Amino acid sequence: MYEKEKDLIGAFLRGEVDRRGLLKGLGAAGLTAGTAGTLLNMMSTEALAADFDWKAHSGKSVKLLLNKHPYADAMIANLQAFKDLTGMEVTYDVFPEDVYFDKVTAALSSSSTEYDAFMTGAYMTWTYGPAGWITDLNEWIKDASKTNPQYGWDDFLPGVKASCAWNGQPGGALGSEDAKQWCIPWGYEQNNLSYNKEMFDKVGVGVPKNLDELLTTAAKLTKDVGGGVYGIGVRGSRSWATIHPGFLSGYANFGQKDLNVSAEGKLSAAMNTPESKAFHAKWVQMIQESGPKDWSTYTWYQVGTDLGAGASAMIYDADILGYFMNGGDNKMAGKLAYAPFAANPAASAPTPNIWIWSLSMSNFSKDKDATWYFLQWASGLEHAIFGATKMDFVNPVRASVWKDEIFRERLKKSYPGYVEMHDVSAPGAKIHFTAQPLFFDLTTEWAATLQKMVTKEVPVDEGLDKLAESINRQLAEAGLG
Amino acid sequence: MASVTQPGTAPRGFRISKRVLPYVLSLPALLVCIGILIPFFSAVLYSFQRYRLSQPWARQFNWGENYLNFFTDPGFWNTLRVSLLYAGTTVILELLLGLGIALLLQRRSTVNNFISIMLLLPLMTAPALAALMWKLMTNPGFGILSYFASLIGLENFRWASSPDTALLTVVLVDIWVYTPFIMILLLAGLRSLPTQPFEAAALDGVPRTFVFFRITLPMLTPYILTATLFRLLDSIQQFDIIYAMTQGGPGDTLTVFQVEAYLNFFQSTNVGRSAALLIILWAITYTLSNVFIKNWLRLRERARGEA
Repeated sequence: MYEKEKDLIGAFLRGEVDRRGLLKGLGAAGLTAGTAGTLLNMMSTEALAADFDWKAHSGKSVKLLLNKHPYADAMIANLQAFKDLTGMEVTYDVFPEDVYFDKVTAALSSSSTEYDAFMTGAYMTWTYGPAGWITDLNEWIKDASKTNPQYGWDDFLPGVKASCAWNGQPGGALGSEDAKQWCIPWGYEQNNLSYNKEMFDKVGVGVPKNLDELLTTAAKLTKDVGGGVYGIGVRGSRSWATIHPGFLSGYANFGQKDLNVSAEGKLSAAMNTPESKAFHAKWVQMIQESGPKDWSTYTWYQVGTDLGAGASAMIYDADILGYFMNGGDNKMAGKLAYAPFAANPAASAPTPNIWIWSLSMSNFSKDKDATWYFLQWASGLEHAIFGATKMDFVNPVRASVWKDEIFRERLKKSYPGYVEMHDVSAPGAKIHFTAQPLFFDLTTEWAATLQKMVTKEVPVDEGLDKLAESINRQLAEAGLG
Repeated sequence: MASVTQPGTAPRGFRISKRVLPYVLSLPALLVCIGILIPFFSAVLYSFQRYRLSQPWARQFNWGENYLNFFTDPGFWNTLRVSLLYAGTTVILELLLGLGIALLLQRRSTVNNFISIMLLLPLMTAPALAALMWKLMTNPGFGILSYFASLIGLENFRWASSPDTALLTVVLVDIWVYTPFIMILLLAGLRSLPTQPFEAAALDGVPRTFVFFRITLPMLTPYILTATLFRLLDSIQQFDIIYAMTQGGPGDTLTVFQVEAYLNFFQSTNVGRSAALLIILWAITYTLSNVFIKNWLRLRERARGEA
């Protein structure tokens, strides 16, 4: 039964037939989508198991700490496949993002053995790694006896993969030769423009191409759309999360940095240069003229929901926020469009700073080898394809998924312009921060300074000089400056 | 047939000597005390260390450096100022409102009892939830309070988003949540006051203001002090309302002790500075408690005619 179909799927798994050919063949054989999916999953599992002993840790159990997120939802939806493949048991706790990282910090700082692996961002590993809370995953990735030969470590997008690797030296380049792989990228976000096409058409404005145009377009939208709609949504809460999305993406596009690293490895503040001050002045003006009225309380959540509800005309934030707001029950579903954004008119391409949801292994895990089995499955190609084509696992971190025809067509059909935006900005996408242990101190203070500038408590020039002075003092106190 | 214990013979079974018994009885209190003291002394120890979780290799005793740094750190002085201002403002306003409401509800009646129960509802709301509720109500775009503000000519009133009105906004939430606490304490106090002095004053035709300031208020002072002490200690350690509404912003407008210590520990993983901030907060609350308790004891003694 289904022998022909099995042969076809087998050819697909060996790379002899592409996805389009597979679907065409299965359709011609009269298989329903459900049966085809079951067959494909079954044979994918068999193929995965062919060259590697996935049952080596059968009967063991791992426990995960997860953030409530579509990536976690996709993994949970596919978890049975892992259990069938390995004979392992997986349990997990899921927490909302508001408290998630506090939970991670509490678990790791107390050397808790409860969790074997957890979701994290690359920035967090700059704390967790030097503290000795997480494991350098190179030990497993490079061990052929512990890693499936089909794992495809080279398939990960280079900038994303490198952003998860750091040698632990303050100011050390991400992804350097001696870097430790603190986490495995899982899904990532670039920061670009997501905008309401209907509102743009109504007002008769085009997509802004640089920061100056962004200011004027946002101001015109605020003035002309009506109904209390404001021009541009960006984050503003007193948190590091205000700095890393659109703000740093635009800032980096002007060649500006957060910190200078001297030849001796000493760090110093770099945000009070004339160019930086000019950028800050425009950013502050943009928020004052065209941002939300209560900008200083805005997290990703408010930025996204305002776009989805039609309260804002565009956002300069995570592309996946624009993705999610263009579907579901959102009022503006189907009306949003996307555009890559280079803030600097002289820049040849966008340079989005990125946020990477990743998977890390706790150093206090009771069974690291078994945990690695889970990690390599969860970050493997099969699960990535499952997530990208059947769930909302965007943006995938594997090059082959971005080449997948079904995935690309799905995006093109439901989210016009999204793939093109990704392809244009992906080459310049990376973490533009300097990796160092005071990351959260400095970025939180930076956000607080931005708030003071927007509320006119302090002029931009003076604010940045004071910020640089404070940062230099903190770096010196920590022995880094 | 019931057994009879002979005088001078102890019952069979486990016996504890009279010398040991007091220690055994106080053991639970001792264990609780140890449970409190260990974290406290750990915090004291950390506060004398340069201790960042992200730089474990640099961990060392720096003795008083964390504290000395505060003297030259404008951020710390701002934290101290904002914490005291917040605590002072909320307690004074809640005391005035709570006393006023308690006086209005003093007479026992079905309506007054019902209203006093209804007024307790905010106290049953988790402060963080109350803050989120107020965050929605004060949203400049669609908040009902913003709408009311616009009706009285306050267009674009930015509530917690503006450094000029952020303190006012979180104080309003605090008042909404905690005024009932003071109201119920003072109402209980008012209703337990002896009736004779008031009856005598009424017979003599003493004016109401005189009765209030010369009889009610002095007799109510122990209750007022108790309510003030509880609220002051709680208020100076405020976290949930401020963090849920503004995370300490805009800028450094609302970086009270607890918010600053929380951010230092959970975001910056700067254990040393966070612990030092909390020890200073403890010293402030300890001092305030002592002042209030001494006054409370003095008033109690006076009431008994011992002073």
